[in-house]
Amino acid sequence: MQSEPIKIGIAELKTAFAPAIILTAGLGSCIAVCLWDPKIKIGGVIHIMLPDSTLGHNLINKAKYADTGIRLLIDELLYKGANKNRLVAKIAGGSQMFITQSNIEMLKIGERNIEAVKRELEHQKIKLISEDVGGNHGRTIEFFTKDGQLLVRSIYKGAKVI
Amino acid sequence: MKDYLDLNELQLDALKEISNIGVGNAATSLSMLIGRNIQLEVPKATLAPFSKIVEIIGGAEKEVAGGYLYVNGDIPLGILFFIPREQIPNLLDLLFGKMTTKVDNSNQGVCLNEMQESALKEIVNILAGSYLNSLGIFTKQVFVPSVPSLSVDMAGAILGQVLQSIGNISDYALIIENVFRAEGEQINGYFFLIPEPETLDLLLKSIGV
Repeated sequence: MQSEPIKIGIAELKTAFAPAIILTAGLGSCIAVCLWDPKIKIGGVIHIMLPDSTLGHNLINKAKYADTGIRLLIDELLYKGANKNRLVAKIAGGSQMFITQSNIEMLKIGERNIEAVKRELEHQKIKLISEDVGGNHGRTIEFFTKDGQLLVRSIYKGAKVI
Repeated sequence: MKDYLDLNELQLDALKEISNIGVGNAATSLSMLIGRNIQLEVPKATLAPFSKIVEIIGGAEKEVAGGYLYVNGDIPLGILFFIPREQIPNLLDLLFGKMTTKVDNSNQGVCLNEMQESALKEIVNILAGSYLNSLGIFTKQVFVPSVPSLSVDMAGAILGQVLQSIGNISDYALIIENVFRAEGEQINGYFFLIPEPETLDLLLKSIGV
């Protein structure tokens, strides 16, 4: 039986066992990091907004940043019985929503988010098995904890499973 | 002031009032541009965590044309203008006449042609210019905006990008929302003032609240 997806917003994270589906909508420069333990079929998604917690002046919500957020997600999965050596990752997002000549630093945040997420995954020795990142479009994702599949939808490019 | 949460009711009202005056000015400009009367709704101020803020714009997946300008300097703030994607042709029709507007909704990733895109950017520019003019007179400051950026996509994706400059400072965003409608047309514009936390003190001080 397919139940209603669990929805998360910007700077939030959720973990759940199969057959739960975790959904996050409207990713622009933000990135959804999806981690999955194939043996016990638990998955978790975090919707990160910024690359680096050390640049922030406010650390109350750790789920906002790539570095602290991914660690938080791993901790929650391990607490629920996942094994870190089995965890695999899929990521989506990191767009540059505005194409412009102006060189405002914020407009490049998507790229920096992608780099930061990959760096943290590498640091945690978690294998990144697929990704749909970059570009100039928004994405909505659904992560299926039963098989680890990640559905990515966008307005212009339709839907695909990675 | 360290965060938006320190704002009291009176100060929130004052911010709404500042925004209302600016939007009144912007609406006059728009009215002249498209030759229709513009009706304004009562402004709303929403203070919410990032995870909830997209709900004020009708959900993260709502398809919109979003124009954005950033004002740098002593009083940094963002200005965001949305119209629902399906209403873009209605607005362009009023600018160019019915014959010329064809919005390409195919899956090519390109929705507007160059002329349509720069027309929309120009509207955003004019609206923001009028808005900032009145804000400047009111607060005795000079606001110099960036060139407008435009994206036609999911509202949440656009807003998420816009809010990231605030993300390093706060877990909340404050958005002052003004909605206007063109009389007799299916055109609803959503105008958002997004002040940064450090901006609040200066804005409020300049009007003595």
